[in-house]
Amino acid sequence: MNLWEFIISHWDEVVDQTSQHLKLTVISMALASFIGVFIGVLITRVEKIASVTLGFVGVIQTIPSLALLGFLLPLVGIGTTPAIIALFLYALLPIVRNTYTGIKEIDASVKEASIGMGMTRRQLLRYVELPLAFPIILAGIRTSAVINVGVATLCALIAAGGLGEFIFRGISLNNTSMILAGALPASLLAIFLDGVLGLIQRYYRRKETWVGMLGISIILLAGNGFTSASKDTKLVAGFNSEFIERADGYIGLDSLYDLPFEIKEMEIALMYRALHEGDVDIIDGFSTDGRVQAFDLSLLADDKGYFPPYYAIPLVNGQTLQEYPELINCFDLIANQMSDSLMSALNYEIDYNQRPLNGVANEFLKSLNIYANENAGSSDTPDIIIGSKAFTENFLLAHIFSQLIENKTGLKTRLQLGFGGTKLVFDALRLGEIDIYPEYTGTAYLVLLNKQPNEIDDFNDPQQVLASTTASLKSEYGIEVMSPLGFNNTFALMMRKTHADSLKIYSISQLSDYLRRE
Amino acid sequence: MSGVSLEIKPSETVVLLGPSGCGKTTLLKLINRLIEPDSGVIEIDGRSNLSTAPHTLRRKIGYVIQDVGLLPHLNIEQNISLVNQIDQHPLKKDRLIELVQFTGLSTKLLSKHPSQLSGGQQQRVGIARALANDPSLILMDEPFSALDNITRNQLQDDFLRIPALKEKTIVLVTHDVQEAFKLGDRIALLNQGQIQQFGSPFELLTHPINDFVRSFLNKDRLALFLQNHKIDNRTIEELINDESIGQEEKHTILTRALSSLYL
Repeated sequence: MNLWEFIISHWDEVVDQTSQHLKLTVISMALASFIGVFIGVLITRVEKIASVTLGFVGVIQTIPSLALLGFLLPLVGIGTTPAIIALFLYALLPIVRNTYTGIKEIDASVKEASIGMGMTRRQLLRYVELPLAFPIILAGIRTSAVINVGVATLCALIAAGGLGEFIFRGISLNNTSMILAGALPASLLAIFLDGVLGLIQRYYRRKETWVGMLGISIILLAGNGFTSASKDTKLVAGFNSEFIERADGYIGLDSLYDLPFEIKEMEIALMYRALHEGDVDIIDGFSTDGRVQAFDLSLLADDKGYFPPYYAIPLVNGQTLQEYPELINCFDLIANQMSDSLMSALNYEIDYNQRPLNGVANEFLKSLNIYANENAGSSDTPDIIIGSKAFTENFLLAHIFSQLIENKTGLKTRLQLGFGGTKLVFDALRLGEIDIYPEYTGTAYLVLLNKQPNEIDDFNDPQQVLASTTASLKSEYGIEVMSPLGFNNTFALMMRKTHADSLKIYSISQLSDYLRRE
Repeated sequence: MSGVSLEIKPSETVVLLGPSGCGKTTLLKLINRLIEPDSGVIEIDGRSNLSTAPHTLRRKIGYVIQDVGLLPHLNIEQNISLVNQIDQHPLKKDRLIELVQFTGLSTKLLSKHPSQLSGGQQQRVGIARALANDPSLILMDEPFSALDNITRNQLQDDFLRIPALKEKTIVLVTHDVQEAFKLGDRIALLNQGQIQQFGSPFELLTHPINDFVRSFLNKDRLALFLQNHKIDNRTIEELINDESIGQEEKHTILTRALSSLYL
């Protein structure tokens, strides 16, 4: 499906996400403009706190967006509120700094004459400082607005909506049209906002400009449905973007089990905590995730056998394997050595006991009588680069691969961890930017190869999925699949254990019954 | 500054003169409280200037500075009426036009912005602005120093001619001896934070009180004398340039005059 077709077929969603995006941006920018200008003016008055304040808002700017969202999660939960707070904080620096600079740089003689003619502090601000600094202040607001539209895409990761939904779903689903359907409107939105602010900057002395602005705001507010109609449901689910769109994700699950709940879209890394904090009631977790134990979560049984198998498999770039065929023997050493419970335990060591990844990886290899160097994977001139997606288990597997390969083959390796989605890490492998990364059969089949479940006899048979995946990856992309590691990290619906116990929900069918009960 | 004491009479123009760093601008700014005194009293019409709030005080005192300080985003009309606006009693249109004419400006300039005006025009606006609220006291800090010679002379001549300025009490700061003698009714010559001599231009010229005063005026002495010393209401400069007076007579006048200067 090309971009145009995608946009037309998803038009309602495009409009919806764009207006959510606009809403996040406009509200946070309005707050940041008022408060930023206020702070900027304040620090021209109280010089002592100026450098401290500017330093502080500067530090906020350097906090990675996802870290800030993660930090806000336990404080204000998920959704629009933390998103607006984060966007507001990011927008502050350019506005505060430009306000301060704009006022400071006003010609000293103008200030002296104004004070000399008898202006009070407030009159000086109103008649002299603000009007003269206005173009510089507005330039700061424009800078903020453009950055803000970009950062707002990340808000999709905490269920605040916006165009990030398409972008992140597209990245995890290997769907370029979907990425563009989010990225293109976001760019247009940035250009649009910058243009509107540019017009204000140019014509702010005319009354018509402000009347026009007021008009536009009213139209936007009216047209955009600021009252977001949320479904009144008993339970709230937090799903990551990939799960919502995937063939083996929510849509199929819903049609098989009938699960009428409100869905909030969020980032995998934040999902477990959001469930733990009670911001959502159900998430789509991974069965071997260490946080299941750490946060005392309960897995709901997939009693109708919906989820396909997700056996962990190392994927290797074909050319790399030709060059270093010894890798096959190497991976055979850990084939089928990891059970579901072992993997959960290893993840738990890291997520809950805060043990370092390389230490846990090293201990695992020791149990197989492989005494590897714990600090492998940091070569500057690597023979092999190992990648991973951005979650604990994938990080750990990458460390295991690296230590194993260096120990058994003497090849030098380097770790390149934390790709933000299936598409990103797979493209890197395909293009030879990385040589190896850990993947899962179900994901490879549905997302990488874009195959339908009904293309093989039994989609729930691990062997059939593995065989089909291995053959297609080799023929379509020249990518080699190594022996499975042994564990099946399937998708699973999860609830807080106490919550599940109190509602007596232990399987997805029971969940469906509960949701549909009057 | 210390030990400074001087009394300025109504409608008088007093020039604070001195080398840079002598305290003349400080003294000026003490009057409208742009600088607050450590000790001492400045009374205006018998009341201490510390008894009124600074902004109220300043609205009753005109203030003209070297760089004019017009607000670049307002047009000339708005600039002139700004004091009235912040004081919340609007400037009447005929008063505005009167001010503009007084200060030798064209009413066509009213809708222009400061950047469209020449330096001389800008300072005329500055003076009009200082007059707008009809204050009885006007402070001028090097008002003509940034202008070229010809423009400066024009403005100085107009300064003496503008009727509205004549009735005002004016304190004017300058480092330019010629300007001080041209504009001042009395001159306070300052050095190192103290008044060296306070008197009429002629007094300073003919009876310098100490070496500083003498040496400060020395370079300009002759020129100042020729420009300022009057015989029958005409300056010596004018007499010498008068074609109707014979050479003999001019010689007598000069000799007599110079002897009064140097003896």
